[in-house]
Amino acid sequence: MSPALFLFRKREWISFAILAFILVVVFPTLFDNFRLNLIGKYLTYSFVALGLVLCWGYGGILSLGQGIFFGLGGYCMAMFLKLEASTPEATAIQSTPGIPDFMDWNQLTSLPFWWQPFHSFTFTLFATIAVPVALAFIISVAMFKRRVGGVYFAIITQAIAAILTILIIGQQGYTGGVNGITDLRTLLGWDIRSDNARYVFYFICVALLLASLLLAQFVRVSKFGRLLIAMRDKEDRVRFSGYDVANFKIFIFCLSAALSAIGGAMFTLQVGFMSPSFVGIVPSIEMVIFCAVGGRLSIFGAVYGALLVNAAKTSLSETFPELWLFAMGGLFIAVVMVFPEGVAGLFRQHVEPLITRGISLVRIGKVRKPRPTAE
Amino acid sequence: MIGDYTYTEFTSILAMQGFAGLTLFSVFVLMALGLAIIFGQMGVINMAHGEFMILGAYVTYLCSQFFSEYLPSLFSIYFFFAMILAFAASFLLGMLVEWGLIRFLYRRPLDTLLATWGLSLILQQAYRSIFGAREVGVTLPDWLMGSIALTDIIEIPINGLFVMGLTILITLGVYFAMFRSTWGKSMRAVVQNRTMAGAVGINTKMVDRMTFGLGCGIAGIAGSAFTMIGSTGPTAGQLYIVDTFLIVVFGGASSLIGTIASAFSISQAQSTIEFFLSGSMAKVLTLLTVVGILMLRPQGLFTLKIRR
Amino acid sequence: MRQKTISPFSITRRALLAGIAVLPALSFASAPLRAQEVATADANTTGLAVTDDTVKVGILHSITGTMAISETGSVEAEKLAIDQINAAGGVLGRKIEYIQEDGASDWPTFAEKAKKLLVEDKTAAVFGCWTSASRKAVLPVFEQYNGMLYYPTFYEGLEESPNVIYTGQEATQQIIAGIDWVVREKGAKSFYLLGSDYIWPRTANKIARKHIEKLGLKVSGEEYYPLGHTQFNSVINKIKLKKPDVIYAIVVGGSNVAFYKQLKAAGIDMAKEKPLLLTISVTEDEVLGIGGENIAGAYASMKYFESLPNDNNKAFVAAFKEKWGADSVIGDVTQAAYLGPWLWKAAVEKAGSFDIDKVRAASPGIELTTAPEGYVRIHENHHLWSRTRIGHARDDGQFDVVFETKDLIEPNPFPEGYQ
Repeated sequence: MSPALFLFRKREWISFAILAFILVVVFPTLFDNFRLNLIGKYLTYSFVALGLVLCWGYGGILSLGQGIFFGLGGYCMAMFLKLEASTPEATAIQSTPGIPDFMDWNQLTSLPFWWQPFHSFTFTLFATIAVPVALAFIISVAMFKRRVGGVYFAIITQAIAAILTILIIGQQGYTGGVNGITDLRTLLGWDIRSDNARYVFYFICVALLLASLLLAQFVRVSKFGRLLIAMRDKEDRVRFSGYDVANFKIFIFCLSAALSAIGGAMFTLQVGFMSPSFVGIVPSIEMVIFCAVGGRLSIFGAVYGALLVNAAKTSLSETFPELWLFAMGGLFIAVVMVFPEGVAGLFRQHVEPLITRGISLVRIGKVRKPRPTAE
Repeated sequence: MIGDYTYTEFTSILAMQGFAGLTLFSVFVLMALGLAIIFGQMGVINMAHGEFMILGAYVTYLCSQFFSEYLPSLFSIYFFFAMILAFAASFLLGMLVEWGLIRFLYRRPLDTLLATWGLSLILQQAYRSIFGAREVGVTLPDWLMGSIALTDIIEIPINGLFVMGLTILITLGVYFAMFRSTWGKSMRAVVQNRTMAGAVGINTKMVDRMTFGLGCGIAGIAGSAFTMIGSTGPTAGQLYIVDTFLIVVFGGASSLIGTIASAFSISQAQSTIEFFLSGSMAKVLTLLTVVGILMLRPQGLFTLKIRR
Repeated sequence: MRQKTISPFSITRRALLAGIAVLPALSFASAPLRAQEVATADANTTGLAVTDDTVKVGILHSITGTMAISETGSVEAEKLAIDQINAAGGVLGRKIEYIQEDGASDWPTFAEKAKKLLVEDKTAAVFGCWTSASRKAVLPVFEQYNGMLYYPTFYEGLEESPNVIYTGQEATQQIIAGIDWVVREKGAKSFYLLGSDYIWPRTANKIARKHIEKLGLKVSGEEYYPLGHTQFNSVINKIKLKKPDVIYAIVVGGSNVAFYKQLKAAGIDMAKEKPLLLTISVTEDEVLGIGGENIAGAYASMKYFESLPNDNNKAFVAAFKEKWGADSVIGDVTQAAYLGPWLWKAAVEKAGSFDIDKVRAASPGIELTTAPEGYVRIHENHHLWSRTRIGHARDDGQFDVVFETKDLIEPNPFPEGYQ
């Protein structure tokens, strides 16, 4: 058998297939283009949540700054689209045609050199991943090599998110400031605002997400994945066994940054703009709650968590805007106190035994004991 | 002449700028003390700290309304009552939160972080539902709003002096409570060795509750003092939280002296840079420096030398 | 604080009052048409949510999150205008039904809700947005799905969309008259520019600086602080050192409260006007948080103040307080938001149709003689001709209008020589 089959156990293959079925078949048939685009937006958050499952759930590293990487990835993509939209013809009314409108408003007369490479799509694709990962690498090397972790790491990532937000807002000539980079129109000449494009982006997003899930699962079942868990639970013992703990942490943190960056880039493509409101502290912590609700140990949970919380947010804030913050706050507390393993944990405890019993009832005569659910 | 300014102008500005730095320092200490106690002594990350401060601010607001309505003759001294009530309100809410939430989460610092963040969202919305989304204006007695003119240029804001005095009082209070009282002794005993402390008859649960309450109560006083210089609105608390945590972490989490030293260095750095650069860049530079130093020296400025 | 409780007994009285307040509006150039006069099929050829009796519009503001503080007033004003229009017979004989969505102070949410209002609800017009960032986020949505947005805030300009009617002032309208006034009346020679760090204050200060330099006067400093900043002692010291004649302040939100309190505490007495403080960001709404006694003596330059003595305004203020409580205050943006539904109604009735394209074509030249601010007219560039006024802040949180421009000022969102 090919190694891919070993990636999941049978039951996990079923979960994977169900998720893929829901995303690829059920949602597109059930919802119109508007709702599907919304779901596509939620799915971009599930990239971040997936990254958090790996680095927080398995690696024990809580980052409160995932918005940094989501935002950087999104900004790279947004700058490419903005440059494409700012042709000299389209911006003829500006005092300097051919540069993005926000630069013109801030008296810039030429594109700064470090935005120049973003005229190239290949470079943009590369930078979308490379820039956030490079930053993640610097942060994590500095921190983990000195054995800083846990709470300190969380607070420092938070501070970096705050710094980056102030910087982006303050340097509006280069970044678009608090408005962000808006009014993005085409990707390589193809109108990204049309219903057709939205449809295509949804499926690209789903495909990337499914691929990321496979990658995450690969990491999880590999030897490295087991080391991660060991490290989370007893860091010193792993260290004493001769492993360089810091390198593992750096790797997993960079991986989660890369996943967030993909989410950010897909967000820009589907929503059509990027703004500093995704970089700051509040969105970063909200992303943690997506992961926690889904179940911090479940890679599928990450997707369901992001979908559930955002769907609840949209519908609750439409009908009871006042209640929404109470509900959100309650969710944080409940996830910590009542069901620390999130939806996935509830599913495993309550729904799965039912299903197993159901199956065994169907196959009378082949009644087996349910398998232990611990992973 | 120094630059565009005459010598006297320059020295006066230095003096005033120094005073501005000291005011900022007091503000930072007030913000961070409560947090340092909770975080340093209990290992609990209280993300709702800002909301406890705002509770104090709202209590002050209610007091100012009450006094101007019913006891206008005592209005000039209402602030002292307000501070006591602010402390009491935050202290009680803190104890309640410890009892209902925090005590289940000891030894899981990252989870306290998430749970208290949830708490902060709930409190914010509660403030919004009760007091409205707008900022409320807290009327201050006149004597708090003026300034003392030392020379033509040097004018010392009275509320700045007031905040400084308050900071000194509270710091001394905390010092005596922690290092000179029986309760403080038992609190430190619990931090150092919980089991042994319990074994010698200290009610560790009660100590935890009191510690958490005390930290929140100080936040309440801070909030009350901030009505003199800042705004009081449902989301105002969130503005302070990152700065405050950085101060505590930068100082070395378990040391109160460290917190004070770090508040001092950060405030002086910020107000000096602010004078030479624009405000936004000053903030970025200060934060970057702090993060940079923390990466080089993760244990912070001061550390308790105890065996872990 | 706003009291939102409505006692059941006062409803009829309130409706009556709203009706009375609206009477002058009946004197519009085009008399209101009846539903039967314009068949639904003719008035709506593009599938908007219009029936024989009703027409749906959207209200899109933040009612949660940090911006809720500012946007509440606009929502209230828009609802008041809609109620009054309905009490006076609606638009083309159809009652306005509004669908309110919450932008939650989050720009993507604004874009999402705007799309919902246009695509799912098919609203004929949307009244909403407050910050520039939210407007920039929804703009592509309105242009793509051809909607009509009535945007109430004074803003930085540099925009002219066929799908937006800007009912607030753009920057040059607000700024130039104000600076001219302090130069002429107060003999100001030097200015210190100060703002919160985002696009509106920066662009506004840019225009201010160009104008000041054009007049041959001096800008002695320019400075920005992050949104939400609460420590202004350093900049106050710098101001004391530079001794400008005017502090030109564009601080917004919670920072405002901190800034004015600290300014007062530092011994800068605004009543002495040395230096004088001129702001374009503090309306009656903001004064609620700052406290009247902390800002008394400052000057604000904008197009509307609650204390304006004309009859339109008296009726408007009375109706507003009747509906939203006697404690409520009305700032510049609130009044501009109130204009939105009225301008839309006038354009629809001039066009005889709800179709967006026809409403757009009918909009330039629409005038409102009943506007609380006096008289406004829509310019070709979708902004309003309006007067600019200088208000002098009083202790009680109101402004005395000390100056108003003689003529309506032409909106000029892309000012030559100011960019």
